[in-house]
Amino acid sequence: MIDRITVHPGRYHDSVRLMQASQVLRTAAGVEEALVAMGTELNLTLLEDLHFDPEQLVGVGPNDLIVAVRAVDEAALATTDHILEEALAAKRGSSEPTDSPPAHLVETAAATIDANLALISIPGRYAFVEAMAALRAGLHVMVFSDNVSIEHEILLKEEAARRDLLIMGPDCGTSIVGGVGLGFANAVRPGSVSLVGASGTGIQQLTCLLDDAGVGIRHAWGTGSRDLSEAVGGSSTLRGLAALDADPATDVIVVVSKPPATAVATAVRTAASRCSTPVVIAFMEPGSTLEGAAGAVLSLLGREPAAFTIWPAGSGDHRPGVLRGLFSGGTLRDEARFIIEPVIGPLSLTETTEGSSLVDYGDDVYTEGRAHPMIDQTVRLERLESTVTNTSIGVVLLDVVLGYGANPDPAVELAPIIRILSGAGIAVVATLCGSKGDPQGLDYQAGLLQKAGAAVFLSNAAAATRAAELVGGEA
Amino acid sequence: MSLERLLQDELIVATAGVEILEQALIDQATTIAAADWSPPAAGTEGALATLAAAGRTEAANATAIERMLAVRPQFVDVGVARDIIPGMTDTMFLHAGPPLTWDRSSGPIKGAIIGALLYEGMAATAEEAEEISAGGGITMSPCHHHQTVGPMAGIVSPSMPVAVVRDAGGDGVAYSTLNEGLGKVLRYGAYGPEVIERLHWMGNILGPVVAATLEYVGPIDLQSLIAQALQMGDDGHNRNRAATSLLLRSLGPGLVENESVPLADRGTVFRFIESNDHFMLNLVMAAGKLAVDAAAGVEGSSLVTTMARNGTDFGIRLSGTGDRWFTAPAPIVDGLFLGAFTKADANPDIGDSAITETVGLGGFAMAASPAIVGFVGGTASGAVRRTQEMYEITLAEHSAYQIPQLEFRGTPVGIDATLVVRTGVQPQINTGIAHKDPGIGMVGAGLVKAPMQCFAEAVVALADTMQ
Repeated sequence: MIDRITVHPGRYHDSVRLMQASQVLRTAAGVEEALVAMGTELNLTLLEDLHFDPEQLVGVGPNDLIVAVRAVDEAALATTDHILEEALAAKRGSSEPTDSPPAHLVETAAATIDANLALISIPGRYAFVEAMAALRAGLHVMVFSDNVSIEHEILLKEEAARRDLLIMGPDCGTSIVGGVGLGFANAVRPGSVSLVGASGTGIQQLTCLLDDAGVGIRHAWGTGSRDLSEAVGGSSTLRGLAALDADPATDVIVVVSKPPATAVATAVRTAASRCSTPVVIAFMEPGSTLEGAAGAVLSLLGREPAAFTIWPAGSGDHRPGVLRGLFSGGTLRDEARFIIEPVIGPLSLTETTEGSSLVDYGDDVYTEGRAHPMIDQTVRLERLESTVTNTSIGVVLLDVVLGYGANPDPAVELAPIIRILSGAGIAVVATLCGSKGDPQGLDYQAGLLQKAGAAVFLSNAAAATRAAELVGGEA
Repeated sequence: MSLERLLQDELIVATAGVEILEQALIDQATTIAAADWSPPAAGTEGALATLAAAGRTEAANATAIERMLAVRPQFVDVGVARDIIPGMTDTMFLHAGPPLTWDRSSGPIKGAIIGALLYEGMAATAEEAEEISAGGGITMSPCHHHQTVGPMAGIVSPSMPVAVVRDAGGDGVAYSTLNEGLGKVLRYGAYGPEVIERLHWMGNILGPVVAATLEYVGPIDLQSLIAQALQMGDDGHNRNRAATSLLLRSLGPGLVENESVPLADRGTVFRFIESNDHFMLNLVMAAGKLAVDAAAGVEGSSLVTTMARNGTDFGIRLSGTGDRWFTAPAPIVDGLFLGAFTKADANPDIGDSAITETVGLGGFAMAASPAIVGFVGGTASGAVRRTQEMYEITLAEHSAYQIPQLEFRGTPVGIDATLVVRTGVQPQINTGIAHKDPGIGMVGAGLVKAPMQCFAEAVVALADTMQ
């Protein structure tokens, strides 16, 4: 073992840098012990404790840099000079990025860009706390998450009302705010019609029908599926209605919802009647269709009734049999039901082996542990395949929903099975809920479905009517 | 940001959750910021919902942080512990951190109590001191329960000189020990003859001389000194070189001119303070204690008013949960070690000095202190980042303490326990490391994060007060 002590008078490094340098030296090959330190009393004691020769340290003071190394031989000692200088040299070009660290909370993220809206789609059990924090930070909020308790939904809506903020949801799948689609929304043209609604696919269908008729959308505020329940009392719907009524750029307002609680329906109708802006109420009950609501809007705008786009199937016989409806949108399924049941009688709303059925594969029962069928069609594709061998089936009715957030190319996935179904003599009718601006390409998607053999309708009511005719015709 | 404004304004969106929904907004050329969200600390989900539903925390926190920031700490005097510390008795030994018994005490606490018993003349040998302590001959009590704070072991015995810090804007008072310097010192658990000798000198000379000097120069505004020191490279916890220099400058006229004190004593006191970069630390801590005590006791507030360690447990207290401590095992400090010492020699985290982080200094002001960046792995930008992370768990930016490197932004101050559990971001603490055995002393310094468990339990307890 050889000890070497070098003193550099007047050379200064901060103690942290020196501790690091000491550590680097200690781990160098052939080095037994090392201390690089300023000559303070404490460090001199440390050197003595390490059995370095105190004789060599006489007269050394706090402004002197001491390099003490104990190594196996001269060669090892010699290498330490270079290692030390490297350790003490300023680090250049190695700095970490200095931009702000990532925000963990939505209100912190909002502050970094001065956002005005928070979109929350975390698991429902955590969504209340985050949504409340966003409201208290002065943000409008859309809660895409479901599984938020109704008590918490009421608290969120009360808080939003107190702060004059918009709360969309919980369980709000679709909104358009100032032309920007949030959640599942279609890229419809801007315009002067505004919607407020408790139904995601209802909003999507209606905005797409209006877009098809050349009418643009200003706002479409989803309220969450339970807004018109008795407990929530239509809080978001009524506040949305009032705000849109005060909006000079909104010419017509549409309220779209699944059938509300009676008292709430009355409150909404009363509020609508007091608006200075014309209001179309589209509660999805038997006898009312989204196509009808779109027609009412066109009429209020002084436009001609529209013929919504159809991509017809080639003529060809289909085998007789019952109807299988496989939906991804709950409101679209309900609308189809109200049209078809009067024609062919009661339908099963759950999966069945006998008789006609209309099933909403967007229901929780089918989405547990997987994405919504608007994104992930696996379950629907499986069921479609099993239809082929079921000779009792004559007609298949589907909805295909396009837009932001949805499956990037649903028709490509569906076309092969539709071709097989058509080949087997099953009539396939599809609602294509989309707009020309949608990223998936409306005509491209329609073309794929049509070429595979499906009759494709932009209007869900029209598709349902056609399906009823096909089944009823055989009855 | 009213509903009416939303009708007209361009939509700018902050998101938390599903990535495809973020992508959809990006595809529409909408400005977005995506939060890196993760579920809150285990077991806090229900409590957070209760607090969010009650909706009282926000206003309570505003009150608490306002009180914390309104304090104007002034160094006014040095007295003797038994004469001035509330509740102090002749057999009481104050210690750092949450409540502790002798049998659960770590090496540095035991070492420092042994040293204090020797200093008080209550024991003649270390063995005797240990017997007295183990036999219940002394009362141990947390400094924090007596308006007092002490670094590392934080032992305050009846005869020790203590600094008196008063609130110029109120009637608060806080106390701290005087700093002994580095190396073999009582607060790191050393009790050798040189330690005891130094303590006697501090009691006989240092305390009285500083008291006389303060009387001569008048009260010293600590907040002003700390604010200046941050702009001179201090963090207020692990680096106090600038603040100590500024303090010495403030004391200077008294040390030079005050002829009522013997010149030799003035000289040794000057040299003692001059040679100890950490002399100011204890005063920064007392200033912090004044601030947190002012913020304590606000019903419903989730503001953290105490973070302190006793070498066995890490404990915190909230403004809204009274005197209750929420503890977890004290973590081991990740750091750099002196001489041949290694992590194996380190005692778990210890000391009341995390009071500095509690009031927006130390790890929370690390961006101001490039000289200590070695603790974070060597880059100045790393230190900046650590400070920046703390803004997400704090309620305010300090009105007086500013960071030049962040465009003179105020330091993040006022830890909100609900934000800690929601973000998963643990408070960052810069600290010293004591040897785990009694009688040895300092072995290094480094970084440690406050344990999440304390904050999770505190949030649950706060939610219970809402029922």
